[in-house]
Amino acid sequence: MSAPVRVPAAARQPRPVRDGVGLGLAVGVSGVAFGAAAVSAGLSVWQASALSLLAFTGASQFALAGVIAAGGSLLAGTAGAIMLGSRNTLYGLRLADVLRPRWPGRLLLALGVIDETTAVSLAQPDPDAARTGFTATFCCLYLTWNLATLAGAIGAGRIGSPQSFGLDVVGPAAFLALIWPRLRTGRTERLVAAAGAAIALGATPLLPVGVPVILAATAALAGALASPATQPGAVPPISQSAPPSSQNAPPSSLNAPPSSQSAPPSSRSAP
Amino acid sequence: MTGVWIAVLATAAGCYALKLAGLTVPQRVLASPRVRRFAELVPVALLMALSAVQTATSGHAFALDPARLAGLGAAVVALLLRAPFLLVIVAAAGTAAALRAAGIS
Repeated sequence: MSAPVRVPAAARQPRPVRDGVGLGLAVGVSGVAFGAAAVSAGLSVWQASALSLLAFTGASQFALAGVIAAGGSLLAGTAGAIMLGSRNTLYGLRLADVLRPRWPGRLLLALGVIDETTAVSLAQPDPDAARTGFTATFCCLYLTWNLATLAGAIGAGRIGSPQSFGLDVVGPAAFLALIWPRLRTGRTERLVAAAGAAIALGATPLLPVGVPVILAATAALAGALASPATQPGAVPPISQSAPPSSQNAPPSSLNAPPSSQSAPPSSRSAP
Repeated sequence: MTGVWIAVLATAAGCYALKLAGLTVPQRVLASPRVRRFAELVPVALLMALSAVQTATSGHAFALDPARLAGLGAAVVALLLRAPFLLVIVAAAGTAAALRAAGIS
């Protein structure tokens, strides 16, 4: 998109809007694959769009369409899709700490708690950049994903196989790219990632589709129990991307009331 | 058709409720360093698992699609070269698409 970067360090600086818009466009386009898959599975265009508008979490949507396509029971399909969405609860747990959402807005913000918004938010060095990154990713991905779903659903059967465009690799490559910075930072992260992949792959032949990925959370549990507990209060808010020097940051940033981090909340919502 | 609508809306409601629940859990749940560490590591484990499952399986079976594996390999190379995100995605999809256009898998 731009000229070759001459100073590598410059490329590592936080750019929440660029990260979010780039990711939103790149991943959102794969909504074409979902729309096409959903209609091929027997859903109507409206049902495919309703899933993208209201569920807005790709893995669950693909899972439900997959079960319907395979002629599985709707109850099992629904249960699997919801179970697959449970990782968003864990993301929300993490995001609440960074975004500190207020009540009315939280209802809208919740819709955007997914893999991509979490990754962009947590890759930012401070809460303000994290909020910006979340909003940019959410808005761009929501628009792109829904438009692409509609296009894929309407165009299913006309555009040929999404695979011929390599769209089936977009998800795996995006997920890998999203955790790459964290894999670079720590041995525990690499072990947890490897164990998570191994658990999910090993369980795939045995468990209902979608469940093995949830089971991979046990790798994170093992990692949390095994890795040395960081001193309370010394953890930077977004540890995986923070430079080593941030260890000296005031510990108050974690446990202090939200208002100490930036402008008071009231000033943000005031007209 | 009504049954499919019920499944669609129940999935949407369930997924939304799970998202909202995560944001609403009291902050003190994260006060423990181990819980905090767990919440930090969960995306690493789940996203890597998703990537592995979507790359190497189809339903309950392992399915090693050469073009898809090559696409993911291209993504890894791009990441090692510190390419920006969009370039990583384009490299992955482009590699898979080119191999398929060439008749591989």
